[in-house]
Amino acid sequence: MTLPNEPLLVVRGLNIEFGPPERPVRAVADADLTLAPGEILGIAGESGSGKTTLCSAIMRTLPRSARVSGRVEFAGKELLSLSEREMARLRGRDLSMVLQNPMTSLDPLYTIGNQLEEVLRERRRGGAEVRPGGAVEVLRRVHLTAPELRVRQYPHQLSGGMRQRVLVGMATAAAPRLLIADEPTTALDASIQDEILILFRELRDTAGSAVVIVTHDLSAIRRLSDRVIIMYAGRIVEEGPTAEVFRAPRHPYTRALLGSLPRIEDEEVVLQPIPGQVPDLARLPPGCAFAARCPVALDACRTERPQESTVGERHRVFCWQAAAGGAA
Amino acid sequence: MSATAEERPAGAGGLLGARLWRSGAGRPPLLATAICLLMVVAALGGGAIAPYVPDEADFTAILVPPAWAEGGSLAHLLGTDQLGRDMLSRLIAGARISLLTAGAAVLAGGTIGVTLGLAAGYLGGVVEAVIMRIVDAFLALPFILMALAFVAALGTGVGNIILVMVLTNWARYARLVRSEVVSIKKRDFVLLARVAGLRPRQIALRHILPNALTSILVLAVLDVGRAIILESSLSFLGVGIQPPDVSWGLALAEGRTYMTVAWWLTVWPGLAIVLAVMSFNALGDWMKAGFDPRGRL
Amino acid sequence: MSPDTSLPMVEAVGLTKTFALPATALFGKPRSVTAAVDVSFRIPRGRTFGLVGESGSGKSTVAKMLLKLEAPSAGRLLVEGKDIFAQTPAEELAYRRKVQAVFQDPYGSLSPRMRADRIITEPLRAHGVSRREAEDRVPDLLRLVGLPPESARKYPHEFSGGQRQRLAIARALSVDPQLLVLDEPVSALDVSVRAQVLTLLREMQQRLGLTYLFIGHDLAVVRYLSDTVGVMYFGRMVELGPARLVLRHPAHPYTRRLVALAAGDAPLGAVRMQGELPNPLSPPSGCLFRTRCPYADATCAARLPEMRPVGPDHLAACHHHEAVAAGTKAETGPLLQEA
Repeated sequence: MTLPNEPLLVVRGLNIEFGPPERPVRAVADADLTLAPGEILGIAGESGSGKTTLCSAIMRTLPRSARVSGRVEFAGKELLSLSEREMARLRGRDLSMVLQNPMTSLDPLYTIGNQLEEVLRERRRGGAEVRPGGAVEVLRRVHLTAPELRVRQYPHQLSGGMRQRVLVGMATAAAPRLLIADEPTTALDASIQDEILILFRELRDTAGSAVVIVTHDLSAIRRLSDRVIIMYAGRIVEEGPTAEVFRAPRHPYTRALLGSLPRIEDEEVVLQPIPGQVPDLARLPPGCAFAARCPVALDACRTERPQESTVGERHRVFCWQAAAGGAA
Repeated sequence: MSATAEERPAGAGGLLGARLWRSGAGRPPLLATAICLLMVVAALGGGAIAPYVPDEADFTAILVPPAWAEGGSLAHLLGTDQLGRDMLSRLIAGARISLLTAGAAVLAGGTIGVTLGLAAGYLGGVVEAVIMRIVDAFLALPFILMALAFVAALGTGVGNIILVMVLTNWARYARLVRSEVVSIKKRDFVLLARVAGLRPRQIALRHILPNALTSILVLAVLDVGRAIILESSLSFLGVGIQPPDVSWGLALAEGRTYMTVAWWLTVWPGLAIVLAVMSFNALGDWMKAGFDPRGRL
Repeated sequence: MSPDTSLPMVEAVGLTKTFALPATALFGKPRSVTAAVDVSFRIPRGRTFGLVGESGSGKSTVAKMLLKLEAPSAGRLLVEGKDIFAQTPAEELAYRRKVQAVFQDPYGSLSPRMRADRIITEPLRAHGVSRREAEDRVPDLLRLVGLPPESARKYPHEFSGGQRQRLAIARALSVDPQLLVLDEPVSALDVSVRAQVLTLLREMQQRLGLTYLFIGHDLAVVRYLSDTVGVMYFGRMVELGPARLVLRHPAHPYTRRLVALAAGDAPLGAVRMQGELPNPLSPPSGCLFRTRCPYADATCAARLPEMRPVGPDHLAACHHHEAVAAGTKAETGPLLQEA
């Protein structure tokens, strides 16, 4: 039972490695984060950033070949040492997730109603406080049109956006304390994406759930989340309140990432690509992983890994330049 | 044939092997591979490694038990049968026949089936409809029955047995390949090959077939086990391999009468069949795990 | 024979494509799905035409027709003045040299068993160029797209997504095409890689004078490359005009919503698009957008709007575009379909 001021999720020193021990792929290194109840956190990054692996570690859905160390505390419980059964109980109730591909997350053989009822039954049996009403009520809560009709339909009769709504409904039927959404809107059309994001906001507003949204879609994060974490090559490079990080990013990667988005300036559309490529996670250079592509890299950046420095209210960054108060 | 040797994608086989090794399926099942190799060696080595001529009778050593049992001798490690023939040598000879007929059947049946399946899948329309109906017909008949019918019509003998096995087998390849082709046809790189200007035959041979190869290979390996059972069954029933040739199924049949007094007459051939089939199946399963889904690049 | 430069590179007139569904009943008419209806546009030489739309809009079908991977059910498609569906086999082969494509999925576009140099030289070989000559071009092509020369001997799985797209571009450029069909070429790439590939595409166009048909769903990305933009909804073109005009002063309510959503800084919930796409098997009467349009009224349900001028060279298919633009149209919609 957490007190209102206690953080809901605490991650400390999380390291996740794959592959042969002599040449490990460090998918996530030294990750720390804290999530308060009812907070919406966005984790942004590109391929190889480690954001999805980080979330899989929290949900304990990593393959057995992964080597995980560190602490992951959820509502006071150390998740990494829970048994699979205890974890399964937690997953149904307090911890829930929505994944990327709505096309494959539903069983094509059963009706929507059937699958929803099954989830509701399981949740009730696990002792969760399921919100009142059956499958139809769940669908209504996620603003699916004609819910009485939908419960009798099969997944293939629904569009991607509708299916994703169903999945969000399933994940939130028992008002979890934490919902993790991994690229929830990537496979959807622009006009539908916002609707799904709004569902997450509503979940927080009505049930007090915390939401972690993992995505490379920066505009989704900007619109939805309270705080944002930027990851690069397995490490957290910047974290802070969303508005501030987007308005005045302190890490050169964050700046470059925002700069590479096409934006309209006067009549023209401009974008600034980042030269080079993400480094191979099995062969990371010493020092800062971004140094090779960084326009303002110092000598120290190439040899010593940046330490954490605070650059604002709850705003931290891992960068020697930023620590020195450097400007762009 | 428009695809000359130099046009063929470089190292398709090497790439397959490398991919298997690198895949998460782990190392090949050691025991199964060892047994398969052993059988192949026995099949190829044949007379050179057998201690005796398999059908040479020795009336002084009738029904000798295996070496470690009471009354056995080291001269006949696995014992002898009712005519004094050495069981070990018969097993090795049987391996030769069983594996060669199974191998030939899989090769021939596979080639015919793959060609027809490729044609059906790529050309579609009437060609596909006709071929697939014939395939359906062949698949609908129970294979033992079909085999017996063909043997009745064609007679026995190694060549005919192989022919029978090809006839009962080709349809499965055709069906598999056709469905693979239909799905590969839609993939982007095939569309882009059309856009590049390649003609249908070039596309079929250069892009579609190699990508269907992994499934075909898995089927073929699993099929060897099936073919061994088919041949053994036919020989056991007396309509397969005929004496003086020896196959495991035939040895089983011959040993049946003496089963109660000389267990080794039936146990060795039976064990050989079981081990062979299980080993090839294990190999096939390992290949399947290695190729797919990770193999689906 | 130099091409007639007064002709647009591409001209589409009333393109329509319907697909027959497999018959579900033993008797009765087989049902059909309309992927695109009455699509018309022009692409001047050396320019980019951006086609915008969501899933089910028909934009990919248009691309496939331009690539002759599908034939239209009605309408004509002219490239350099000639109907591409009335070609002899020899003309078709020549056409395949003139038009190349880059698709969305960097992992599916390259045959996994072919080495990079073979992938790049395949189109040239298909057109009868000798192996030696084709291979000579590989280093230049790799350099053109910013890949290191040793890439030639690698297999697709050894490249990242962005690098694979570059490889796909190198292959497309190998035959010196004049027209490139780019179907969501950057949608599957990381944000920063997207920027790299877009910059590359723009450079190529300027350097080589290429004409592009660029299909996308991200308006900012489309805007970056396009001179003219067409917006498709549910198989029909609903707006068409210079990129600047369409994306800054959109006339059609659908485009207006898309532009507002793409602006990125609108707070969540400020711009909503209600409803879902209609069922392709029973499209709504009148305007197809009326089931989601806030301004829909009886006129919209009664008559299908045609494309009409709303500005210089700017067309939109909406009965009420003036009132909507002036802000005087009441929001009485949407008009949902009767069940």
